[in-house]
Amino acid sequence: MCKLTINGKQVNVSDNSTILEAAKSVGIKIPTLCYLEGLTPMGACRVCMVEVEGRATLVAACTTPVQEEMVIHTNSRKARESRKVVVELLLSEHEGDCQLCERSDDCELRQLALELGIREVRYQGEKPPAMLDTSSVALIRDSAKCIKCRRCVQVCSEVQRVGALSAQFRGYHTTIAPAFNDALESITCVQCGQCAAVCPVGAIIETSHIEFVLKALDNPQKHVVVQTAPAIRAALGECFGLPPGTLVTGKMVSALRELGFDAVFDTNFAADLTIMEEGTELLTRLRNHFILGQETRLPQFTSCSPGWINYAEHYFPEILDKISTCKSPQQMFGAMAKTYYAQKANVDPADMVVVSVMPCTAKKFEAVRPEMRSSGYQDVDYVLTTRELGDLIKMGGVDFIALPDGEMDSPLGLSTGAADIFANTGGVMEAALRTVHAVTTGRSLASEDLHIEALAGLEGVKTASVTLSGTVDAWSFLEGKEVKVAVAHGLGNAASVVEYIRDHPAEFQFIEVMTCPGGCIGGGGQPRFTTDAVRLARIGAIYQEDEGKPLRQSHDNPAIQQIYAEFLEKPLSHKSHELLHTTYAKKEKVTP
Amino acid sequence: MTHLATQQSESVMSSNRELKIEDVIPVIDDIIAQKRGERGSLIPVLQSTQNLLGYLPKPILIHISEKLEIPYSEVAGVVTFYSFFSTTPRGKHTIRVCMGTACYVRGGKEVLAALSKELKIGVGETTEDGHFSLEVGRCFGACGLAPVVMVDEDVHQRVKESQIKHLLEPYLEERGEEDES
Repeated sequence: MCKLTINGKQVNVSDNSTILEAAKSVGIKIPTLCYLEGLTPMGACRVCMVEVEGRATLVAACTTPVQEEMVIHTNSRKARESRKVVVELLLSEHEGDCQLCERSDDCELRQLALELGIREVRYQGEKPPAMLDTSSVALIRDSAKCIKCRRCVQVCSEVQRVGALSAQFRGYHTTIAPAFNDALESITCVQCGQCAAVCPVGAIIETSHIEFVLKALDNPQKHVVVQTAPAIRAALGECFGLPPGTLVTGKMVSALRELGFDAVFDTNFAADLTIMEEGTELLTRLRNHFILGQETRLPQFTSCSPGWINYAEHYFPEILDKISTCKSPQQMFGAMAKTYYAQKANVDPADMVVVSVMPCTAKKFEAVRPEMRSSGYQDVDYVLTTRELGDLIKMGGVDFIALPDGEMDSPLGLSTGAADIFANTGGVMEAALRTVHAVTTGRSLASEDLHIEALAGLEGVKTASVTLSGTVDAWSFLEGKEVKVAVAHGLGNAASVVEYIRDHPAEFQFIEVMTCPGGCIGGGGQPRFTTDAVRLARIGAIYQEDEGKPLRQSHDNPAIQQIYAEFLEKPLSHKSHELLHTTYAKKEKVTP
Repeated sequence: MTHLATQQSESVMSSNRELKIEDVIPVIDDIIAQKRGERGSLIPVLQSTQNLLGYLPKPILIHISEKLEIPYSEVAGVVTFYSFFSTTPRGKHTIRVCMGTACYVRGGKEVLAALSKELKIGVGETTEDGHFSLEVGRCFGACGLAPVVMVDEDVHQRVKESQIKHLLEPYLEERGEEDES
């Protein structure tokens, strides 16, 4: 333990704390900008400068370790003035079109300037050369707004282990960009949008589909259907000032109706469908393995997360045959909407527009993949992030908070609790095991509330095992078998798991990967700012939604039973393969 | 003239100038193998590679990035940070004029202008015959000798505009010999 004084207060913290952490522990706020919770402090922005008695210069609170008997002033004139100068200098190079900037509502630089009482910028001068990069499908980079805090660099390399962005050139000409300031499209980027999620300003944002969606809604010829991912309902409220973890499923449905969508459906339906296909796929691979001894496509990896698919295609092509061939729920939905539902509703799929609301930026990329046209049309036309839906609702003049709860339309709006938990890390695995256990043994998982405790929470890699006993005749070869599973979220963790199974190929049978920390509830398209506390609050809401559903196993969904009876026949049928499954292709690790 | 670099790197530099990228990959892999796992291995690998090829072609940088498991953006970040590194082919001889503070105030800027006029190329460019490239450097650590000009590994001290022709002569003579042979 270390004893020190901050602003006259006695503080006791562990020896390896930083000044920033010590101050936080006694409720003293030191402004920060480049600092990201849980990651190595960089000390890049110099906003958190504090005065330490006996030191000739101010120090950065985020990187300076505490020392015994240290006397720190966070609010001295010297410290305040220093911060002000730093932020004014940032403002002097920042393209401040604040009235028009999409971050005007939640810009951290603007907020800092306000908090520091900056009312004028004393430094005026030349601005560095800027580049607006619109080359990528999902993300836009505007270097004129970039303040070079390097949060995006850190999250891309440290959390996602992609490293698409880094500081290029030197001094005044420094720019945060792909190698040699090349276009984002020309390099390896998995489009996860975590850079956009952590950017304090408007330098990285998603490519907006709002105008396309409005155009479709305005066109009476078009039948516009919308699907909302499970993670939206636990986060959309934040766009309207509700605390993280507020469930707004019913209000969201009502808002979508008010906006004029012809049918309000649920990606959850397709998540239940995914469990049917992916669970059957796993059982088939297990059968081949245990009975025929020839299946090498184990462990099976999940395929719902498009950033993960991009990552595997570029970085781990050797495991592509192990990834489930199931399309993601978004794409299964699109394919079902433009075939099954189009027939049922008597709508020409050429006149149907499928809009997704996703917590994700990579979904924008996934929707335009050439493999995703199995209905004969682009299966999903436009993808809005949670943030974009928030904007669209505001633009529509809808009083979100006052809306009554609405109900999803039938049949593609019906879902079980197993689909809800697709939103969080461990959820797809739990949903799959609920159905796999029930199908093979005729009984539901025995655990409390159907949850698998070991798969919950924010640990980067989690493992669990389920022993199948009392199997029904068709699955008796699994009697007494232990199914071992692993769950990883954040691509760096996913990479660790893939590297581990290189040396331990038989250890796991099924592995869930979600690209973003916390899973989709922490996606690159979610309302800002996502901390671990926010992640846990959203996950809490998702579990609440799951537990509140009368049906909580995908195979119990009557709409799913109906679609197999009327249209798809059975899981992994010829038609399923045609519409619900896809292929992956090896890509270069570094695309220059 | 003062030799700053080792004899070894110089000999590699002059004898292997015409090596093809695919021929040097095994050599670079050897260099990487010696350095892999060490912290701070990137810059020495880049230096050795540039000594070998005269410049750092992007395919080679991608190769280095993959072998060292350092993101390509970070490799490019280092290459674009240091003026020593170049991603375009250099002339047979690289002339670096120091623009560090001491050299700058003692006439480095005028020396650079004179060299640029004499060679008819700008900074970062190579003469048409591929003989000289002109670069600026940011302090060679020889401020007492300012202004300093480096031609390849040779350090020329207290250079004056009027001495430019004289300074280039030995490197031009060599060109004459090549033409004859």
